[in-house]
Amino acid sequence: MKFLAARRRNPLVAIGLLLFALVAVGGGYAAIASVQPAQASASSQTQVDEGKRLYLAGCSSCHGMEAQGTANGPTLLGVGAAAVDFQVASGRMPLAAPGAQAAARPTGIYNDDQIAALAAFVASLAPGPANPTAEDLNFENADVAQGGVLFRTNCAQCHQAAGQGGALTQGKYAPNLMAATPREMYQAMVTGPQSMPVFSDATLPIKDKQAIMAYVTELQNASSPGGLDLGRLGPVAEGLFLWTAVFAALIGAAVWIGIKAR
Amino acid sequence: MTDLNPHDGHGSQQAKLGHSPVADVPHVLRVTDTDPKAARRAERQVASMFVLSMVLVVAFVVAYWTIDKSTNVYIPVFGEVGLMTIVLGLTSGLSILLIGAGAIQWAKKLMPDVEVVQMSHELVSPEDATAEAAANYERGKEESGFARFKIIRRSLIGAMALFPIPLVFLLRDLWSSPVSGTLTPDEILSKTIWKKGERIVVDATYQPIKPEDLPVGGLVSAVPASMNEVQEAEGNLNARGKAAIILIRMDPSEIVSQQGDGWDYQGILAYSKICTHVGCPIALYEQRTHHLLCPCHQSTFDLANSGNVVFGPAARNMPQLPIGVDSEGYLVAMDDFNQPIGPSFWERG
Amino acid sequence: MSTTSPVEKKGAAVATYADQRLGSNKFLARNLGKVFPDHWSFMLGEIALYSFIVVLLTGVYLTLFFKPSMVEVVYNGSYVPLKGIQMSEAYASTLDISFDVRGGLLIRQMHHWAALIFLASMTVHMFRVFFTGAFRKPREFNWIIGVVLVTMGLLAGFSGYSLPDDLLSGTGLQIARGIVQAIPVIGTWAAFLLFGGEFPGNDFISRLYSIHILLIPGLILALVTLHLIMVFTQKHTQFPGPGRTNENVVGYPLMPVYMAKAGGFFFIVFGVISLVGGLISINPIWIFGPYTPDQVSAGSQPDWYIGFLDGALRLMPNWETSLAGFTLSWNILIPALILPGILFTALGAYPFIEAWVTGDKSEHHLLERPRNAPTRTALGTMSISFYLLLLVGGGNDIIAIAFDLSINSITWFLRIALFVIPPIVFVFTRRICLGLQRRDQAKLLHGYESGRVLRLPHGEFIEVHEPLSVKELAVITSKKDIAPLPAPEKTDIDGVKNKKFKSHSRRAKLSRFFYGENVPLPSLAEIEAGQAHVAHDASLEAPLAAYEDADEIRTFHGGVLHHPGMPETNTEQAGQNAEH
Repeated sequence: MKFLAARRRNPLVAIGLLLFALVAVGGGYAAIASVQPAQASASSQTQVDEGKRLYLAGCSSCHGMEAQGTANGPTLLGVGAAAVDFQVASGRMPLAAPGAQAAARPTGIYNDDQIAALAAFVASLAPGPANPTAEDLNFENADVAQGGVLFRTNCAQCHQAAGQGGALTQGKYAPNLMAATPREMYQAMVTGPQSMPVFSDATLPIKDKQAIMAYVTELQNASSPGGLDLGRLGPVAEGLFLWTAVFAALIGAAVWIGIKAR
Repeated sequence: MTDLNPHDGHGSQQAKLGHSPVADVPHVLRVTDTDPKAARRAERQVASMFVLSMVLVVAFVVAYWTIDKSTNVYIPVFGEVGLMTIVLGLTSGLSILLIGAGAIQWAKKLMPDVEVVQMSHELVSPEDATAEAAANYERGKEESGFARFKIIRRSLIGAMALFPIPLVFLLRDLWSSPVSGTLTPDEILSKTIWKKGERIVVDATYQPIKPEDLPVGGLVSAVPASMNEVQEAEGNLNARGKAAIILIRMDPSEIVSQQGDGWDYQGILAYSKICTHVGCPIALYEQRTHHLLCPCHQSTFDLANSGNVVFGPAARNMPQLPIGVDSEGYLVAMDDFNQPIGPSFWERG
Repeated sequence: MSTTSPVEKKGAAVATYADQRLGSNKFLARNLGKVFPDHWSFMLGEIALYSFIVVLLTGVYLTLFFKPSMVEVVYNGSYVPLKGIQMSEAYASTLDISFDVRGGLLIRQMHHWAALIFLASMTVHMFRVFFTGAFRKPREFNWIIGVVLVTMGLLAGFSGYSLPDDLLSGTGLQIARGIVQAIPVIGTWAAFLLFGGEFPGNDFISRLYSIHILLIPGLILALVTLHLIMVFTQKHTQFPGPGRTNENVVGYPLMPVYMAKAGGFFFIVFGVISLVGGLISINPIWIFGPYTPDQVSAGSQPDWYIGFLDGALRLMPNWETSLAGFTLSWNILIPALILPGILFTALGAYPFIEAWVTGDKSEHHLLERPRNAPTRTALGTMSISFYLLLLVGGGNDIIAIAFDLSINSITWFLRIALFVIPPIVFVFTRRICLGLQRRDQAKLLHGYESGRVLRLPHGEFIEVHEPLSVKELAVITSKKDIAPLPAPEKTDIDGVKNKKFKSHSRRAKLSRFFYGENVPLPSLAEIEAGQAHVAHDASLEAPLAAYEDADEIRTFHGGVLHHPGMPETNTEQAGQNAEH
């Protein structure tokens, strides 16, 4: 008590309290924001029938009984197996909550067989982009540097040069690519999910797609030659670090110099 | 303690309201002032900082010779990082930092910490100096006759005014018009290398495009087929900076308006890629809303509606390129843009 | 000293040798003992100076390797993901510095961090000078030099950011060109002359290079020298405190304490920059790729110090007028040219504006506490809030993804906030300053509230007040009571019409705005009476100290003075009451 009483007029106390309050509010927000809804799963039969059953139960309310689309969801005719696989496997569909756009969620509702069944059903309605084969996704011999050029020409405008994602209009965004698998990259390019335009095999041949996959994989695994990479978000992150850490350290040193020794 | 009329070290000041009262603050002795052991400890502390600094310089040299510059190392929090830069930075940084820390510790612990008072001198010059300066000036003015010789004075002012003009003229050839001085900047800015029949090819791969290659919702960053030759001939990226376009395809029923009748080809639209605000390239195309967003200043254009501005600081719509197909069925431009692309300029009108 | 060591003899010999050629001993005699006041905030300018020195040192190293050329080459260095790609020589040589010169990346990152620190420390140094009134007579010229240095710093930073010719810096240049092109009448010609034709052309990097490494640093160096000479001749200002007056300087002599501290601080700043340059990645140009005018990355941003201009460009509505075949692009002119023009002119003119408003012609060497100039302080915080909102605008896309917000909402919020928040900040700051003045007044009259309540023998409760320390008393009484200028008369005593009536009455109004609500210091007699009262309180409390467990009594018994035999706790008292 005496200790506190003697020091409560110290100007540092106000700063300390402020910091504490900030940390408390931030921590509280993080705790609330990270709460995720838990989901359950079901089982399977022959693929298309099973897919239809699953579709009618889980998708038709928005996409329509005949997958023709409603006011709440676009038509699925012609989107192909690749689109279904991409949307459902990444947890973007079924939609968790209405919002600017569907976000990828770590826990999917459907297991792999069920997703395959759904994809088979939707693909059976109208032809569309199929899922990639293992050969499509093999980018071992791809030209990484050419992939970089293609990435900067076609992808960096939305996903940012380092693949960290970027903002679009009205709260929509191009997601971060750091956890994207080559399969997801391929599916996204051929199907154009949500806001993303389609990069067809005719204008961006499979060879070029593989080069892009190789480059993005390179970005994902890249080391940072210059030290801590600050999220590779560019000058804003650098500026923030400058003021909060570097400049703060220099001010700290100046204060230390100014304090009389005991 | 309520003594408001004390003295200062140099005497004479009487405390007045609005002036800081001059008072003695008791000088508190430091541990190093009273305890010789503590003083010796501080001495050792300072010296060891300097010694450690030397050691780190040696470490720097060793690291410079031994570490391969492509070696990576995993450090918690930092992740996978280049070893060389980190070690060189740590050793050189700490060695320099320790010199500073040692010097300051020395000053704080071992040098006298009694504040001294120095009276400041008035900045204003003494009166005789001012008078002498004025007299010198008057004498100079008189002797030169600056005031008397009106013609000399005026002609000198005129000469001084004109003298920088050659310097300004010399800047003229910072740029000379490529076509023997006939094209003015605004004429150059108003034209691109697009012309009727120029094939549209995919940027970076230079592959020509057929309409059926582009699905609805598709996007292609494209350039004129002659881009590479022009670029090589001119030796710069100027043509690319103006001719870059994006091709998009939407359901023809979704097109609300275009900048010219039938400028699309079966729902395929070509727009300039250069923002009309300050010239950033834009291809952030949202295929659902048909909005095009500039990553630099967030100008947003509605490509389904003549490329009109729907948000942000850009004042003009994105210029549209009229397109069609040639005899082989490849997409071609039907003409150049009908307005200058990119940011506005004075002569643009 | 009776004996002189050989070292000292040698030193004296060197001094004599120099003196016979330079007359330097006169200078040393005057200045080795020169006193500098000590305060952490006086070191902000030092950070700027030292980081500038580091920028120069690292910059010279970089020039040894950097090739300022836009000639296209094919990269064949050790960074694999760019091998075989066409790029300008400028970009290729920057890659070489980063990957093939040992320590090159360290120096490059130090150069960049040091530049960011240079700008940051100049900014904060300027805030310190502003809020403490250190720009007042006789230091107005030095303030102007400071403002010019900040603008030079911005140019130095932006020109350097643009040199590597990566996708980010090229995008920045493209924007800069768009701005130049928007200047009425001469815009297109100016842009063509600057860039040697169209964008990006072949010449700009080499032109920018000589500006970046010669012209701007030369100017900065000259201005910094002038800045320091003026600080030296005018002497440093000092904060109010015991023994500190407008006519003296209290602090440590140059030799040895200030020299050790300032010299040591140089090494600390240098060391911190080296550490940050080695540990924290900045501007990884290999990620952005070589510049081509048809590529762009999401989240394209300038460095922080240009952020406010970029923010202004983003927030500006899309106004443009066409007039008789000519175009005026207000959407570019206002945020990129007019706004910074007004901002820096107002900044440079502020000392003169304030001196005119207040009619203050005296010299100031003692700093003013921000609370004692509420209107100035409020103008300062208002301007800072305006600046910060623009800066936030410059990062609106990053904020949008980081906090899951809509870019459009952020932009609209900022567009409105830009006109709403600064005035609110102004009013709040002013009220807070006046409140603090009132608290100072109360402290002078009644001392500190100690929080200890004392029950006097006759039952009265008083709160014990503690006397102010010598230091605090000196600081608080340093305040100058300035009366607002009186309203001018329309005619003077002789009935002659006052020609300047309008301007004078405007000035009187502004002066009232500046000083009208200031809380005057109490008179000397009032202060003494107040302090006597405090002393009386202390004497009442004194018997408490006689108790062995005086501290416990003070803290745990609410300061109630207990006599032996009296109940010490509520329970005891309740027990005793029950017995009766």
